[in-house]
Amino acid sequence: MTDALALAPVETVRPKYIGKPVQRLEDPRLLAGAGRYTADIQLDRMLHLAFVRADQAHAEIRAIDTNAAAAMPGVVAVLTAADFADVADLVATSRMQTYNATHCPLLARDRVRYVGEAVAIVVAADRYRAEDAAAAIAVDYAPLAAAIDPAAALAPGAPQLHPEVPGNLVLEREFRTGDAAAAIAEAAHVVEGTFRLARKSPLAIETRAYVADYDRGRDAITLFSSTQIPGVVRDALASLLHLPGNRLRVVAPDVGGGFGGKGSLYVEEVIVAALARRLERPVKYVGDRLEDLTSTSQGFDEVVEARLGLDAEGRFVALEAEVIGDIGAYSIYPWTAALEPVQVVSFLPGPYRIAAYRGRVRAATTPKPPTGPYRGVGRPMAVFALERLVDMAAVRLGLPPDEIRRRNLVRPEDFPFRIGSGIRWDRSGFLECLDAASVAADLTEFRRRQAEARAAGRWLGIGFASYAELTGIGSRIAVAPGMPINTGSETATIRIDATGAVTATFAMASHGQSLETTLAQIVAEELGVRPQDVAVVQGDTDAAAHGTGTYASRSAVIGGGAAIRATRTLLGKVKAAAALLFDVDPAEVETGDGVIFVPGTNHRIDFADLARAVYSDMAALPHDARATLEAQESFDPRLGTTTSATHLAEVEIDAETLAIRLTRFFVAEDCGRMINPLVVDGQVHGGVVQGIGVALLEELQFDETGQILSASLADYLIPTAAEVPSLGVAHLETELPANPGGFRGMGEGGTIGAPAAIANAVSDAVAHLGVGVATLPITPSKLARLLADNEKE
Amino acid sequence: MSEIDITLTLNGEEVRARAEPRMLASDFLRDRLRCTGTHVGCEHGVCGACTIRLDGVTARACLLFAAQLDGARVDTVEGLGTVRNLHPIQEAFRRHHALQCGFCTPGFLMTVAEILETHPLRTDEEIRDALSGNLCRCTGYEHIVRAVRDLVDARDGVTA
Repeated sequence: MTDALALAPVETVRPKYIGKPVQRLEDPRLLAGAGRYTADIQLDRMLHLAFVRADQAHAEIRAIDTNAAAAMPGVVAVLTAADFADVADLVATSRMQTYNATHCPLLARDRVRYVGEAVAIVVAADRYRAEDAAAAIAVDYAPLAAAIDPAAALAPGAPQLHPEVPGNLVLEREFRTGDAAAAIAEAAHVVEGTFRLARKSPLAIETRAYVADYDRGRDAITLFSSTQIPGVVRDALASLLHLPGNRLRVVAPDVGGGFGGKGSLYVEEVIVAALARRLERPVKYVGDRLEDLTSTSQGFDEVVEARLGLDAEGRFVALEAEVIGDIGAYSIYPWTAALEPVQVVSFLPGPYRIAAYRGRVRAATTPKPPTGPYRGVGRPMAVFALERLVDMAAVRLGLPPDEIRRRNLVRPEDFPFRIGSGIRWDRSGFLECLDAASVAADLTEFRRRQAEARAAGRWLGIGFASYAELTGIGSRIAVAPGMPINTGSETATIRIDATGAVTATFAMASHGQSLETTLAQIVAEELGVRPQDVAVVQGDTDAAAHGTGTYASRSAVIGGGAAIRATRTLLGKVKAAAALLFDVDPAEVETGDGVIFVPGTNHRIDFADLARAVYSDMAALPHDARATLEAQESFDPRLGTTTSATHLAEVEIDAETLAIRLTRFFVAEDCGRMINPLVVDGQVHGGVVQGIGVALLEELQFDETGQILSASLADYLIPTAAEVPSLGVAHLETELPANPGGFRGMGEGGTIGAPAAIANAVSDAVAHLGVGVATLPITPSKLARLLADNEKE
Repeated sequence: MSEIDITLTLNGEEVRARAEPRMLASDFLRDRLRCTGTHVGCEHGVCGACTIRLDGVTARACLLFAAQLDGARVDTVEGLGTVRNLHPIQEAFRRHHALQCGFCTPGFLMTVAEILETHPLRTDEEIRDALSGNLCRCTGYEHIVRAVRDLVDARDGVTA
């Protein structure tokens, strides 16, 4: 059962834990129902919040009648925007030119800008009474004109959503290398299309939840938050509530998934923290699923109009794109609305050699919930658009889908390679991943099966998607352009206490990524203890001076790098102290599985012995050698590291019902050195299945007035086990990146490649009917419409 | 609203608490009986995170009223195993890395406990169908299916 944990101690070679399928240290408590999620927290005298939320997309608030609610049993307070006049609006600033920030009030003031926006609050003795009273609050709205569609919002004369955002244009940006228009005009072949990924929900199974405790004696707040970014939340709260960080603690306890949806600051967490202090009592708010689908940040929602020019041999010569992003009602804090749409044009040229590129993005504010980070950020859209164009080009030139990619991928000798948007790819297994997928695909055999099935009324299709992503991004590249926070570094503090126990402290915040295990593996291997001997502390702002959290595939690379550096420094102290005890040179001391020894001698103590000698035994070591067994080191990779993959999908479509069944999915990826292959597989599987949702199921739908039409899990569908085939994953390790562990980030890749691969597979399956997929998700009814429209033409 | 007495056998132990008749069973278990292992993910019976066993049969605690638990035998994740002595189902989940954030996991464990008793689960497809009432957003289900396959093989005396 504990195969990897129970490796026999080895005297001369320290046991290796990095790269082993070590069983997770967080599992026993989560499996036994003994985890502690925010909603599980109950405090004495705790009050409960219920929100009244806008039921109109764009309207003026004429009046709010709270009298009946305030008089109801158990109600402690009813609050509206006027009650938070002392708290500033959330404003995501940026150094980017051509960016207009929005002002997001804690509660809607004068105007509501999306269905789901918080308008009023009831504070009551329990949630049931809070909701009773919330239902008794009457808000008088006067509807305002609204441009729901992003292109309409950018058209001259469109109704304005924010006075501070002229023309509803939140930002505009263009990347340009060479003369793409001229190159396309002269290209032997040009393929083009307009591609769209529907707006979607990150949809963690745990909804957002916040509990604030107030310490009357210290005038201090502890906010328990289901967040990915406790450090960002703490820093923002300090400035919004005018409290120093040493009286403001943000704890992310066990967090039930995030996927980006818990990666921004929310008005609800500011409100919960502010009210706990104002009322001098603990305050709790747990969002329900309707609130999650309407007020948690949403993903994607871009239209990409793109053209790819090729020479006669199928080599890409130029790419041009016009992108419109629908960012919703507010530019999200701290990332800004630039995060998702700008990354679409940043990553659009993908892993290919394309000499000329022009990509322009404009982001429109519309009366819908704000968009924010979602697993893959920008890249799922970019990869979907480009990989569709690549397959369209392959069909045009009569090339197999793997061959056209092989002719154009950045080759090993080309690295480092700068793409047209300025992103630099380092050596990663671009071609190696394609080759592995190509072997797995066995195209000759597939085409035979496809022809056979087609004759029998079943449409089979195969699709590739190759991509590269930047992960573990350092401080020279902001995660979002021009934003005012540093996401590029991490600090690790590793301590051996007086009992010999090891604690490793980080500012990151695991919400399923297994950091308590993977970071323990790193520290254990470097220090010479067992993973289960290392307690990892994270998700608590009191434990670290600065840090942002866990997102953007950064924790293994940056946090892991800091862990290696700090542990090596600590190991130096361990060896120095042990060398004095053994009366040998420090270089002769070795450690492994909790033992400190000199090979070939009987010098052998454990970490508890060493700790006793250093901390408690006043005679064992000279006074000046009793240095605390603690080390702190930071790591900033400066740039990012390149992770690459090729995804392969096979679908089968029932010619009669048009039901689309995913029959096979295979991933070949290069994430560098794996810390824990079980965990890597789990991340790939989970990412791919979210990508399957993007491709075939998930869509937040809004009507022409901005009402959300898919606000329950009966209307917003995500994949279940039954829709998902068995997933195959091949890990390739080419040249390791030049960071302390040789790690590349890999938490998002599954979601980046899968939508494109499935879109290509569906397009391949219906290619004989003259249609292709340009909008995801593709569903049987949408496919029926495509075929019907095509027949009309 | 006045409260009523509710007496039930929770994980083999008789317990009694008071609740308003309208209180959901999920809230009653979590807030009144302080068994927070049963999680709430949607409150409309779709996600399965709140799956418990009511007189041996899986049920969505969010679709039941607390009053419906009166006189019943209720089993929750807390009744399976402990941190220091995991149940074989929990062990299989750990061995196969069948959980990440762990939020949906208690519901899956209760479902798996039932289907191992009631379903033949001959193929992975049957396992996937039997699990399709529980949503997981982290794992992509692959490792959960492998964990259940292991448990089925152990149940049926098949050596992998």
